[in-house]
Amino acid sequence: MLVNGQEKKLQTPATLMEFLRAEGYGPERVAVERNGAIVPRPDYDAVRLAEGDELEIVCFVGGG
Amino acid sequence: MGGEQAGKTGAEDWLEIGGRRFRSRFILGSGKFSLEMTRAVLENAGAEMATLAVRRANVGGEENILDYMPPGITLLPNTSGARTAEEALRIARLAREIGCGDFVKIEVVRDTKYLLPDNYETARATEMAAREGFIALPYMYPDLSAARDMAQAGAAAIMPLGAPIGSNQGLLTREFIRILVEEIDLPIIVDAGIGRPSQACEAMEIGAAAVMANTAIATAGDAAVMACAFKSAIEAGRLAWLAGPGRVLERRAEAASPLTGFLR
Repeated sequence: MLVNGQEKKLQTPATLMEFLRAEGYGPERVAVERNGAIVPRPDYDAVRLAEGDELEIVCFVGGG
Repeated sequence: MGGEQAGKTGAEDWLEIGGRRFRSRFILGSGKFSLEMTRAVLENAGAEMATLAVRRANVGGEENILDYMPPGITLLPNTSGARTAEEALRIARLAREIGCGDFVKIEVVRDTKYLLPDNYETARATEMAAREGFIALPYMYPDLSAARDMAQAGAAAIMPLGAPIGSNQGLLTREFIRILVEEIDLPIIVDAGIGRPSQACEAMEIGAAAVMANTAIATAGDAAVMACAFKSAIEAGRLAWLAGPGRVLERRAEAASPLTGFLR
């Protein structure tokens, strides 16, 4: 997979929620694009990640 | 204008944007601060709205800025990093998905030296965002035609710059902001370039609905104290605008003391 521009091997079949938790992202504090489309937070448990997926995981930071 | 302003000096002077009412007219940017300082500055500023940026999240449960935002504050995510309207919309959608409301500061910048906003792309992005239900506040170069386009496109307020962003140069665009205040029937929020409280006060005196600042506070010797100074200055400028500034005599003087009853 490609996660925020970095190559990432998908260890085991996982849902998006499992992946976020395993990697230490706070699912309540991020938004996720999977292959260019936003995944609504209620779907994190249902979305199964696949090898070749491209994820953008973003959060708020300080800014003007 | 005098009639419209009359009676608004007290409890009924609210800033209304996107159906929400604000008592504070000081919008604070949250960049360039430590998280702890962000909280202190927001509290001292009395700010009810703060901007944020959207960036790639880092791995690991590092502290999140949302945990440092005072309860009840309106978050105004910006689309910084966008170079086109489409990129701005993408960032706006992601910001909304994080789940902090529909407000968005539309920011489209292609110029890498002066970081001046691209008014054309900004107007396009404003239209696209408004159509998707965002409360869109476009950050723009103070051009009347562009501001009209943005108002027409559904902007909830217009955010003209005072000077290049982060420069602390002050209200270089004063006369053009004055034109926007006069001609555009939306809150005009001076954003970017304001470096000192006196400049924020002046923006309010000429009719800005609010002032946004970030670098001026963040680069001050004591950011928390400077937040207090800006708060006072913005309140003073607002009252001055509501009061209506006294006239200027170009070529003569006028005594304030009576011209009768002199001792002889």
